[in-house]
Amino acid sequence: MKFGIVINEGPYQHQASDSAFLFTKAAIEEGHEIFRVFFYHDGVNNGTRLASPPQDDRHIPNRWSELGKEHDIDLVLCVAAAQRRGIVDPDEMKRHKKDANNIAEKFRISGLGQLIEAGVQADRLITFGD
Amino acid sequence: MDDQIESGIIKKLLYINRRAPHGTIYAHEALEVVLIGAAFEQDVSLAFIDDGVFQLKKDQDTSDIHTKNFSKIYKALEMYDVEKLFVEKESLDKRGLTEDDLSVDVEIINSSEMKKLITDSEVIFNF
Repeated sequence: MKFGIVINEGPYQHQASDSAFLFTKAAIEEGHEIFRVFFYHDGVNNGTRLASPPQDDRHIPNRWSELGKEHDIDLVLCVAAAQRRGIVDPDEMKRHKKDANNIAEKFRISGLGQLIEAGVQADRLITFGD
Repeated sequence: MDDQIESGIIKKLLYINRRAPHGTIYAHEALEVVLIGAAFEQDVSLAFIDDGVFQLKKDQDTSDIHTKNFSKIYKALEMYDVEKLFVEKESLDKRGLTEDDLSVDVEIINSSEMKKLITDSEVIFNF
């Protein structure tokens, strides 16, 4: 089956991203396809490479990056939500004249159309959040 | 922009709005999805349940809480061909609201009809 995943909550504050990660990993292990993981609302905060959680805790952004690279998963942060919350890639940095960017590896920033497309193209769209 | 789906698939999309318009950004950002999604020529419906019915309340004024009054945008949805708005009767009743309190034309349905609307939809965006 082809899954689209939506994550609406930030890391650590809420379990949504952890549950989505475990679901995504399990789905791939069972031979399913992940069409896209779309991060919306505070979910965009899962895509910062500047997080430094304690060493004995899971590193949520890093493990998304690693899973994404390992299985070539499309990890998309909503541009409008990311702009509000200061999640920046090199293009956005240039466009908004910021002095830094912070997007984690394998993530990309794109429009809400990517969420609609995931809903239409996937067999099931699964939302993680309240 | 990436607003074309090449396959030409048309699905029944349902946006479920469950939260109060202010206090969190969910309702506002949900509306942004609806507006962008309107370009995709899908079969779109919006459902308002629980505190989500407050999103359609007339005469909202957010000036004292320093947030954007996006409630006016619901009135513009018609221009985006988003015309199927469903409000759950039980949610209105519990909050002492009637159709006259709402800023847009909606269809008021009961909770079992709402259940059917949800079951019959193919893609659900839950906010």
